[in-house]
Amino acid sequence: MAEIHLKSLAHSYDTTANPPEYAIRQMDHIWHDGGAFALLGPSGCGKSTLLNIISGLLKPSEGDVLFDGVRVNDIPPQDRNIAQVFQFPVVYDTMSVFDNLAFPLRNMGAGVAKINSKVTEIAAILELTDVLNKKAANLTADEKQKVSMGRGLVRDDVSAILFDEPLTVIDPQLKWKLRRKLKQIHERFKTTMVYVTHDQLEASTFADKIALMYGGQVVQFGTPRELFEQPNHTFVGYFIGSPGMNFLEVKRCKEGVCFGDIAFPLSAAEKKALQHSTSNNLKLGIRPEFVHVWDKPNSQAQQANVEFVEDLGTYKIVSLTLGGVSIKARLQEDQKIPLQSAYISFPEQWLMLYIDEFLVEKENDDE
Amino acid sequence: MNKPHSNKAWFLVLPVFILVAFSAIVPLMTVVNYSLQDIFDVSTRYFVGTEWYREILNDSRLQDSLVRQFIFSGSVLLIEIPLGIGVALMMPKSGKWSVISLLVLALPLLVPLNVVGTIWQIFGRADIGLFGWALNAIGIDYNYAANPIDAWLTVLLMDVWHWTSLVALLSFSGLRAIPDAYYQAASIDRASAWAVFRYIQLPKLKSVLLIGVLLRFMDSFMIYTEPFVLTGGGPGNSTTFLSQALTKMAVGQFDIGPAGAFSIIYFLIILLVSWLFYTAMTHSDNK
Amino acid sequence: MNKKKTIGLSVYILFLLLPLYWLLMMSFKSNQEILGTLTFWPNDFTFANYMTIFTDASWYMGYINSIYYVSLNMVITLLVALPAAYAFSRFRFIGDKHLFFWLLTNRMSPPAVFLLPFFQLYSSVGLFDTHIGVALAHCLFNVPLAVWILEGFMSGVPREIDETAYIDGYSFPKFFTKIFIPLISSGIGVTAFFCFMFSWVELLLARTLTSVSAKPIAAVMTRTVSASGIDWGVLAAAGVLTILPGVLVIWFVRNHVAKGFALGRV
Repeated sequence: MAEIHLKSLAHSYDTTANPPEYAIRQMDHIWHDGGAFALLGPSGCGKSTLLNIISGLLKPSEGDVLFDGVRVNDIPPQDRNIAQVFQFPVVYDTMSVFDNLAFPLRNMGAGVAKINSKVTEIAAILELTDVLNKKAANLTADEKQKVSMGRGLVRDDVSAILFDEPLTVIDPQLKWKLRRKLKQIHERFKTTMVYVTHDQLEASTFADKIALMYGGQVVQFGTPRELFEQPNHTFVGYFIGSPGMNFLEVKRCKEGVCFGDIAFPLSAAEKKALQHSTSNNLKLGIRPEFVHVWDKPNSQAQQANVEFVEDLGTYKIVSLTLGGVSIKARLQEDQKIPLQSAYISFPEQWLMLYIDEFLVEKENDDE
Repeated sequence: MNKPHSNKAWFLVLPVFILVAFSAIVPLMTVVNYSLQDIFDVSTRYFVGTEWYREILNDSRLQDSLVRQFIFSGSVLLIEIPLGIGVALMMPKSGKWSVISLLVLALPLLVPLNVVGTIWQIFGRADIGLFGWALNAIGIDYNYAANPIDAWLTVLLMDVWHWTSLVALLSFSGLRAIPDAYYQAASIDRASAWAVFRYIQLPKLKSVLLIGVLLRFMDSFMIYTEPFVLTGGGPGNSTTFLSQALTKMAVGQFDIGPAGAFSIIYFLIILLVSWLFYTAMTHSDNK
Repeated sequence: MNKKKTIGLSVYILFLLLPLYWLLMMSFKSNQEILGTLTFWPNDFTFANYMTIFTDASWYMGYINSIYYVSLNMVITLLVALPAAYAFSRFRFIGDKHLFFWLLTNRMSPPAVFLLPFFQLYSSVGLFDTHIGVALAHCLFNVPLAVWILEGFMSGVPREIDETAYIDGYSFPKFFTKIFIPLISSGIGVTAFFCFMFSWVELLLARTLTSVSAKPIAAVMTRTVSASGIDWGVLAAAGVLTILPGVLVIWFVRNHVAKGFALGRV
């Protein structure tokens, strides 16, 4: 088990370029021992780079990687006690499943009895017992991935298991099964696990905490709930949630900020932050789940045009336009939706102010 | 890999089929036709059925050269396949030395066949060639023109020099096509270099090696120019391989009938052995 | 790099280079010197052999002709072999295994007896003494080779990559050119080189199917054998010159052959 600490870490694939282009921009980050973490982000955000730096397959151009306080930059992958599962199943085709799982143990010189017990134990957990004697080349994709995971789990000395989008090639109906299996494994072994994905559903079901990456930076690190309720960057708001956060570009005005002629009052802390900033990049964000739709007008609601409704079974997504901007609201399946005009309001507690793309906290403890 | 069934795939294959069949079918049928006839000249020909085939199969000189041929091809395979793989494993993957070794490896393949024979003819002579001179200088009595064993070894050495690069280049490109993830996983699993070779590299080289084995078998079985230029088939018959016997018959005596039959027999032998190799090497895939 | 590997490779490279060095030296020697003594460097360094070649118009044309039909052959072979190899690699269809093996059978007989039928066939369709004629004839043995090699490399690419590309919205041509071909780069490189090589050194068919317009270097080279015996020096010079175009080809495909297969994101 290990705590993984990234200190002043940055990585550029081409350090001779001027200015150097960074795949990972300077970051300081700690993953606590025994946690299940997701590295979430769109393609190209640097998450695979980061994973390979942690496992040792890639050496960072700047900064340090520390396992339990020990600098491991110069230690090769095989000596870092990590296991890695790749996007495409990597199995030794000519060996049986049993031999595949036993391979790392045999390379370490473990005894026959130990190998037998460990392999049967892991095979049982991964539900591979039936195929133990089958040649690895003849397995299905998900069975192969399980074998890849198994090779990481058979070792006692594994301090962290890293997953690089391992469910990419798995059939959708098997994906959720494997996700649950991973969660079970984590609960049982309590190994530090880092899981790279671009699928937020995978990330939130698997991880205790998610590190959302964008442009080589960890933009937010928190529980799935925190990322949902308090996205501290517009990108987080946009990426998390289905659909993502609605954004309105606003201007300063007397009451706080205004969108056209609609005024939105701000909390004291927000007002203060607004005063301190000179920027005109101001946005208000609210999640579709929190947009209130009324079928009758009331004093707090704004009139908006209903464009179309998507019925997704247990819920509906209503697309509306307000002042030329598209707003989506997420409603319960039985909620009535007016046909052409609707009245929407934004509860103040869920309306977030973003200055220069960053969130302004609503409450300020020191004052 | 589970492959879906689709006869539409024939469209993708059609150009190849037409191109190859055009050059293959008519000439082949013509030769079969020859093989069944006794042809004195264009207008005088008699159908003789399988007479040529029987005559050839019973000819002891041809039987001898067939045996020699099998020994030759067998030795070629035994040496060139492992050596080619070994060379490919030793070659650097990138950088200027990688390019240099690729270039040097390609050179022997590009030398025209008659020039190959010529080079080794001179090279192997004790009086004017480096190789012959060097061997004699360290005390080995070497003369490929007089000693059958020396002649055999020289022909083999020449073939190894000339053609091992084929196996090496095929293996090298096959090795390069192995995804990095396999090596990474093996390094994380703490596999030894031998384990990496046995469980990752060799299995992944299977298809490339199949081509290498088949090509080397077929080409060595049909070899003509290089040994002919080097030893002329001698001393005596010791290095007279199968195609030299055929060429003598077809070109020298211009006996098209027997030559046709010989070609068909030749073809059938190679077909049979190739098919055996093919089945043996792809059998494990179907288990 | 690994010490043992470097030594082993160096020994092998030396082994390959020595006879070639000898060839090079021979090309700068006179016939008397070649046959007379053993010298590591020509006693009388001479360009005469090369001059014989360069001043003879038919040599020059021979080069051009060979380069032309070999290039034609390479292009045609790759163009038809790529889709066919893909079909063999990704699909099952009626007769697939038999067709695949049949392709290779076209390399299984020495050409000697087939020359006359070939001559008759190609003459009858008006392809005698044309570059395209020789290019097409060489397809007989190069296309099967190309299909076999490419199929092997293609089968090494997991099918999942194809499927992921379709899910991501790629059309088949776009997938094939932008994603698939780069992945089998090393296979294409080696195939291109082998097609070049086998076509370049093929003597009999090229000689049979040409007379004047498309005569290849191989045919011209037989002129080095005359009534007075073999002109060793000129033969050696011709040999050296014949190696050069192939070196260029390998140079051009070097990156493709050595390119690794990086399991990238699709």
